[in-house]
Amino acid sequence: MTKRIILGAVAILLVIVAAYASFFIAPQERTMGLIQRIFYFHAATAWAGEMTFFVCFLANLLYVWKRQPKYDWLGVSSAEVGLACITVVLITGPIWAHPVWGIWWTWDARLTTALILFLIYVSYLMLRRFGEGDQTPTIAAAFAIFGFIDVPIVYMSIRWWRTQHPQPVIGGGPNSGLDPHMRPALYTNLLAFMCLAALVVWFRYSVAMAERRAEDEAAQRALAENPLSGKLESQGVR
Amino acid sequence: MSLFSNTAVLLSKELRTEFRSRELLTTTVVFILVVLILFSFAISPTTEESREFGPGLLWLAILFAASLMLQPCFLREQTNDTLSSLRLAVSDPFSIFLAKLIANTLFLLLTELIMLPFFAIFYNVPVLPEFHWLLLVLLLGSLGISIAGTALSAISAQARMRELLLPLLLLPLLTPVLVVSATVTVGLFEREPIVKGKGIAFLAVFDVVFLTALWLFGEYLLEE
Repeated sequence: MTKRIILGAVAILLVIVAAYASFFIAPQERTMGLIQRIFYFHAATAWAGEMTFFVCFLANLLYVWKRQPKYDWLGVSSAEVGLACITVVLITGPIWAHPVWGIWWTWDARLTTALILFLIYVSYLMLRRFGEGDQTPTIAAAFAIFGFIDVPIVYMSIRWWRTQHPQPVIGGGPNSGLDPHMRPALYTNLLAFMCLAALVVWFRYSVAMAERRAEDEAAQRALAENPLSGKLESQGVR
Repeated sequence: MSLFSNTAVLLSKELRTEFRSRELLTTTVVFILVVLILFSFAISPTTEESREFGPGLLWLAILFAASLMLQPCFLREQTNDTLSSLRLAVSDPFSIFLAKLIANTLFLLLTELIMLPFFAIFYNVPVLPEFHWLLLVLLLGSLGISIAGTALSAISAQARMRELLLPLLLLPLLTPVLVVSATVTVGLFEREPIVKGKGIAFLAVFDVVFLTALWLFGEYLLEE
């Protein structure tokens, strides 16, 4: 518990420092002005989301290999947190794009991939919930692995076949070169949101494991209190 | 090798089951036809527009039809619990997948070939000049749809709301197939040589990647 409190304190402190850095330390962008500052938040949550999806992929690989329920729950927890991060990315993106590009959305490779990523992990969580029987974690894990493999293929397919029109200028993005004075804000944000995502995954995972333990204990208790079980035991049925 | 002989036996079983009733093939052909007609009502394209958008609509119709056609693929085995006997009968469960996905590819390809003349007439597109390339794109695209679809059909058969779940799982995964095959088909109708080779290679890579994934992880989908 103390470890989580320490990590929580570090994450909150980092988020405050990162917010301060992106609003007050980073210089104003020349053409885009104030709206560019959403970039630090946007890029950091995107990184955190991708990191948690990668954790989800590894956890599911470990699950089909080792078959320990903890990996399944780690997969579910990280997919949920990753989905929250990607949702933030998909909301902050258009908020920035509308004043800068003049449009809310374009079918560019990165945007489309983020959207497909979102859809794939929504289906993963739905499958995990709607599955019947003891096989659900395994088949959901297999689906998560298929989905993760698909993501780079989606990215390349959109990049090679759907971007004939000129690419929107991603001002302030790492591709067009970031002003060195903007780097501290970006890096502190990256660190802050990765810490935050790790913390939430950790909490979600321990809640899931605690629920599982509680269910087990309830089942054990019901079995012990059941008047029939003693009788059956005396008859040698169990 | 036992994998291939098992697959051949299972494939003949799949084909026999289907050609006894021809239920899937008939309904899929009619479904694609209805969708193509409705698309044309919805946008009422000119000749030029239908050459540009027609292939995309065709592939979308194929994708929707496939997500319905693949539904009974594993569900059929549940009614009499024949899946357990299949699993006991073969040494490598991959041969079950292989047989089913080859059968599904053949069914899809057959429905596409039946639909192609209707598509050419309704959408006024020249399908004949580059027919061999078109056939290759149809084959690789259908193979990709079948590989991912057969795997996901095994997944969705074990869940609630399976009729809705399969398209939901399948369609996002198949985005690359839709994007690339539609673009390559447009290129074929407009005689653009550049996209052809690269697109076909890309579809082949998609097929190989997902076939490998199915080979590695397929057995987990059939556990009980």
